[in-house]
Amino acid sequence: MTSIKDSYDIVVVGAGPAGTTAARFAAEQGVSVLVLEKDRDVGYPVRCGEAVSRDGIEPFINPDSKWIAATINSFIFVSPDETEVKIKFNRTGYILERRIFDYELGKLAAKAGAEILTKAYVYDLLWEDGKIAGVKFEHNGEPKEVRAKIVIGADGVESRVGRFAGIKTHTKISDMECCVQFTVSNINVDSNACYFYFGSDYAPGGYLWIFPKGSDSANIGLGIGGDKAKFRSPISYMNHFLEKKFQSVPKLTMISGGVPCSITLNEIVKDNVMLVGDAARQVNPLSGGGITSGMIGGSIAGEIAGRAIKENNFNLLNEYPKIWHQRVGKRHEIYYKIKNAIYNFSDNALNSIAHSAIKIPENERTLLSIFKIALFDKPSLLFDFAKIFFY
Amino acid sequence: MLLIEIKPDKCDFCGVCVGVCPEDAIELKEASISIIEERCTNCAKCVWCCPIEVLIFRKDKLQLLKAKSV
Repeated sequence: MTSIKDSYDIVVVGAGPAGTTAARFAAEQGVSVLVLEKDRDVGYPVRCGEAVSRDGIEPFINPDSKWIAATINSFIFVSPDETEVKIKFNRTGYILERRIFDYELGKLAAKAGAEILTKAYVYDLLWEDGKIAGVKFEHNGEPKEVRAKIVIGADGVESRVGRFAGIKTHTKISDMECCVQFTVSNINVDSNACYFYFGSDYAPGGYLWIFPKGSDSANIGLGIGGDKAKFRSPISYMNHFLEKKFQSVPKLTMISGGVPCSITLNEIVKDNVMLVGDAARQVNPLSGGGITSGMIGGSIAGEIAGRAIKENNFNLLNEYPKIWHQRVGKRHEIYYKIKNAIYNFSDNALNSIAHSAIKIPENERTLLSIFKIALFDKPSLLFDFAKIFFY
Repeated sequence: MLLIEIKPDKCDFCGVCVGVCPEDAIELKEASISIIEERCTNCAKCVWCCPIEVLIFRKDKLQLLKAKSV
């Protein structure tokens, strides 16, 4: 039994941070919104390293200790020859408990008036006279339909809603970071630092991370470009690392996942369909972080969708790509170039950058100062990097 | 002939394979996965990208196919 209505102004597919943020910003305009989530829970299973910056999430939700597992004040970069370069982070980072965080975002959407239905698997759009009139979904194994004036696809890495609408959403394999992560216990790492391991032995075409969750637990994961995973799987690299570094630590969870580290899709609006978050390829392609950028995308799309309904002006939807590109998308295009340069550094180059970096006194060491060293190995980076400051 | 095989018991249902499939040939629900045979072109991108070796490219089948066509 579902208690939902037959028709809504807006249907959002997917209840991750981008989907629930879109739903919230739309519902705040006083329009009717339904969120359909294929899993039985909002926020679970978690497919994420769970690192965010405080600045990134504060516009959307007040930091709350119940979903903050650790506070981060430094990064530790580890080179292929295990040289550790520690850098103070001049802002604050958090490692989240996403299963609680996503739930809270869902509650905020609900408070704004959005309805949420879980175990609802969207398998097609509802077409009428060649126009998109809603979605078809399965709920508890039964086929259902719900009508909508606007459909927002927040369906993550799969991004099928966009495909149903005729947008090519599939990600090039070299841009797909293929990831595996263990949450482990009984380990001794700096509980206020994020560790990043670079090199062909750890994660070719990506990086390996250790993000602490409290004093004795951490997410240990890695992402490898699909063109590299082709030759050796991420789980094989992961097992190799754990055997070398953390033999016999208890593993509380294991998850796999994919992070589309590309630039934003060419089309994130088509007719009355909008895409947000990973589905729109709004992940920061350099870091692989997609929570805050997805929430920005969701907030812009949701607000515009709500306004379009209120004003009965669907041309407004075309504002969404423009505002997104202005606020974030253009910057991601630069990050994408930098990613491709950094991920192609040889192990020798990474080692020599690390050796130079540790000679800088720790209190003067910044990401920028290390980047300057990296520029000696790859001067063309300067061009891309300089552009970031002009946006 | 479908040359991609899924080991569903091994699958974490994460969706990487769906994200890289150029043909939208993979159906993934909360805890079930299947390949839509009519759409699959055996390009193997899903096999390469699966982080935990759930998808397998059946080279043996391919050889069988080649042997048959000779």
